[in-house]
Amino acid sequence: MTATSLTSTQGAGRAGDKVFSGATLAAGCLILAVLFGVALFLVVQAIPALTAPADKIQGGQGFFAYIWPIVIGTLIAAVIALVIATPIAIGVALFISHFAPRRLASGLGYVVDLLAAIPSVVYGAWGAAFLAKQISPAYGWLAANMGWLPIFGGPASTTGKTILTAGIVLAIMVLPIITSLSREIFLQTPKLHEEAALALGATRWEMIKMAVLPFARPGIISAIMLGLGRALGETMAVALVLSSGALTASLIQSGNQTIAAEIALNFPEASGLKVSTLIAAGLVLFVITLAVNMIARWVITRHKEFSGAN
Amino acid sequence: MSKRIDVKDLNVYYGDFLAVEDVSINIEAKSVTAFIGPSGCGKSTFLRTLNRMHEVIPGARVEGEVLLDGDNLYGPGVDPVTVRSQIGMVFQRPNPFPTMSIRDNVLAGVKLNNKKISKGEADVLVERSLKGANLWNEVKDRLEKPGSGLSGGQQQRLCIARAIAVEPQVILMDEPCSALDPISTLAIEDLINELKDQYTVVIVTHNMQQAARVSDKTAFFNIAGTGKPGKLIEYGDTHTIFSNPVQKSTEDYVSGRFG
Repeated sequence: MTATSLTSTQGAGRAGDKVFSGATLAAGCLILAVLFGVALFLVVQAIPALTAPADKIQGGQGFFAYIWPIVIGTLIAAVIALVIATPIAIGVALFISHFAPRRLASGLGYVVDLLAAIPSVVYGAWGAAFLAKQISPAYGWLAANMGWLPIFGGPASTTGKTILTAGIVLAIMVLPIITSLSREIFLQTPKLHEEAALALGATRWEMIKMAVLPFARPGIISAIMLGLGRALGETMAVALVLSSGALTASLIQSGNQTIAAEIALNFPEASGLKVSTLIAAGLVLFVITLAVNMIARWVITRHKEFSGAN
Repeated sequence: MSKRIDVKDLNVYYGDFLAVEDVSINIEAKSVTAFIGPSGCGKSTFLRTLNRMHEVIPGARVEGEVLLDGDNLYGPGVDPVTVRSQIGMVFQRPNPFPTMSIRDNVLAGVKLNNKKISKGEADVLVERSLKGANLWNEVKDRLEKPGSGLSGGQQQRLCIARAIAVEPQVILMDEPCSALDPISTLAIEDLINELKDQYTVVIVTHNMQQAARVSDKTAFFNIAGTGKPGKLIEYGDTHTIFSNPVQKSTEDYVSGRFG
């Protein structure tokens, strides 16, 4: 072998490498550019609303007074959705990954994935036309028996079109996201760790507590955050289900509003400063979602040492 | 705190496939018994039937009896969970729980058995178990650190500490050194020698020198060919198996002529 055989590299492989690395770089940059573009658009368009005199904004008391009730409303709806969906989703995912016989597991997984394929407007219509009516007697019961809790304060809505109903519909919508991600994570639990737990005399449930859930913890948090992202941004279902109004503590009266639904309901007829106000509301939603994701990342990295990645 | 195991006419199946055929063997208490044989001869499968760990694989089942001091592990009403808390296991690859600290790893099995254990008792147990696994001096200053930060050999000794913390009757080891370097291997072998003062130890190994070094008795497993069931060919004192075996195939294997 002479030295030339090492230096005279034949071109084909290298050109392919360059094209490929260029393509991936471009794709990565495109994401950043789009994100930046959206943020820039939101900020620029929102400035008139943020700087306008208070009495020009809807409600007449400035942008902050306008936005904070619907921020709270958005968070309430999202939290209700997650509180309902998370335990169910983890339960279903565990059943599919560790308890169900194989044939049932794949069928059930498929059905759960199908839930994600239903358009949100269908969920909204179902929630408004069916669920709200069916559930309103339960609200009456809650108001009568647990009315001393502010969140169940009466009088209950007779139409059932409340933030709680909206939250339940959202829960059903985020359920498949959390379920399918959790299921994938649970299935990736190393056999070695499951066997370690079983060999110590763990029952199936103890094995899950010992080996599966700790291993899956970061993945479950990511799954919940993705679900939260959907719950925060979901528009159609909330717009159809919720009979919106001013911020109220009671979850079983009509009232409250979410940012996404507020924008969707008002945007078509808005003009001038009103458009700008709605875009500023969108900016706030964008910031909330960003903050939620960053908190989630922080929670995950805080436990990196014990994650099993090393 | 150690019991003998007597296996009578054991057949192991995966579904319809007969993996191990007709094994009868008597394993003495407080001794080290080694299983040797070529890959796929069923020695690991057989080992896992001794604490019902093979049942983790769907379709696995056995016929025959495994008696732990006379009690059949496969008798009606016997819970595999109870069996496994009496017969501990150490695996081929070190598998400490990555999400737990060293201390919690040692206590993992103890906490399972619904024992409410005070912090003081737990401290004593952690120290005793880690000392029993020859690991105490290396980790005593970092008990709250994750177990996955240890070297492979240390991790394997942590797994042994975890196994002996529940005070089992028997410890099964499935090629415990195959993923370790020679020095770590030596540490584990020394440990096995100490463990037999208190426990019945059964070890599967690919390394014949290891079997010769650590075991009192050796069982040689073999298969006639692919798809055929594994069988126990010969079982006897380790010295006899390695120097003067009865069976021709045992002699061929231990002298390195095949496998």
